Amino acid sequence: MTVEITPSPINSAACCAALARAAGPAAGGIVTFEGVVRDHSGGRPVLSLEYEAYPALAVREGERILEEARERFAVETVAVVHRTGHLALGETAVWVGVAAAHRGAAFEACRYVIDELKARVPIWKREHYADGPAEWVGVPATGAAP
Amino acid sequence: MSTSSASLAVPSEAPPLFGLVLVGGASRRMGAPKWALNYHGEPQAHQTARLLGAVCERVFLSVRPGPPDAGLPDLPTIPDAVAVRGPSAGILSAMAAYPGAAWLVAACDLPLLDAPTLAALVAGRDPDRLATTYRSSSDGLPEPLCTVWEPHAREPLLAAATAGAPCPRRFLAGADAALLDLARPHALDNANTPGDQAAARAALSARHGPMEKRIRLVHYAVFRDARGRDGETVTTHAETPRDLFDELGFGAACPSPAAWIRVAVNDDFATWDARLTDGDTVVFIAPTAGG
Repeated sequence: MTVEITPSPINSAACCAALARAAGPAAGGIVTFEGVVRDHSGGRPVLSLEYEAYPALAVREGERILEEARERFAVETVAVVHRTGHLALGETAVWVGVAAAHRGAAFEACRYVIDELKARVPIWKREHYADGPAEWVGVPATGAAP
Repeated sequence: MSTSSASLAVPSEAPPLFGLVLVGGASRRMGAPKWALNYHGEPQAHQTARLLGAVCERVFLSVRPGPPDAGLPDLPTIPDAVAVRGPSAGILSAMAAYPGAAWLVAACDLPLLDAPTLAALVAGRDPDRLATTYRSSSDGLPEPLCTVWEPHAREPLLAAATAGAPCPRRFLAGADAALLDLARPHALDNANTPGDQAAARAALSARHGPMEKRIRLVHYAVFRDARGRDGETVTTHAETPRDLFDELGFGAACPSPAAWIRVAVNDDFATWDARLTDGDTVVFIAPTAGG
């Protein structure tokens, strides 16, 4: 049940091993999700991504999401690591891991956590494009932004 | 119209009027000294001294003996030098220090005290009486901590206090004092408890609109770009995050922020109509895109 916001590269193998250790022998299934930086977005070529977090509230809201997942699904352990800073193509931006007795709960909980995290946690993404200036993702076009 | 020498209420030789702010001690119930509480955008001691300064020749702080509290107004002090209990000690000490002056005494725990109330008290002053004061709107008794004490009140007040009756209210009730009625009935309501404090703030907000407060803003992402900095502290009358958003000029570009922007107050999500208080930290949260 941990949320970590880090400027350092995410080592998914180490995250997975720590999750398994925390869950113990009762966990029969481990599901992980990794979000990685891809080279395109909305039909535009992407060179890199920048992530920025509001750390205190990102951790607080992330912990609420993990608590919800634990209440909704029969899971042993849930963990999230989110990267901040400037990321190159192929780097891991987010890692979600769930350990549960059975695979069904593990898959459902993992999906729940990444979906809620993307919707609720105060972390922002700026895409750097090959064909124009960088933009904050999700901010409405000119006229609506501050 | 003929002139009449008999109608002059205040002789020209009336003693000069000095102001005395009763700073008082720490308040356990309020969590801070009453003089330091902030209802008007500054500590009550400063606010009270300012009000007295408008109607008095000089203004002094009545303090306990010993080192003064840090942060008090930069005014001459009169430490208690008379061995009686309660506020009479401060009043009598001032009278002893300047025996020729009349004293307009005001306590710091009167958050609704205002300039018209003091001006009416000074205008209604009768220097031939021992004191000029207001009749409490709640119990009809004199209000000793918003009173003009004439120099000749010193001896009877001292006699009463040293005889074991230090309560200036009881003294005034039995003395030859001029009693005025309050134009604003609640102007002298004192604030002794957090509940009183909240009621005073509500009354002030209704009278003057919201009070000034300092708000720390931390900016992330698109808001940092828009403001050109990571954060700022603003002095504002904004009552809610929505007011603040408009005050910063975001409202013109984004008239319906609640549709797509969230707000955090003190590191947790808050509503757009949450009540802001002095010292809050506010973050506007543009659409997020984690993962």
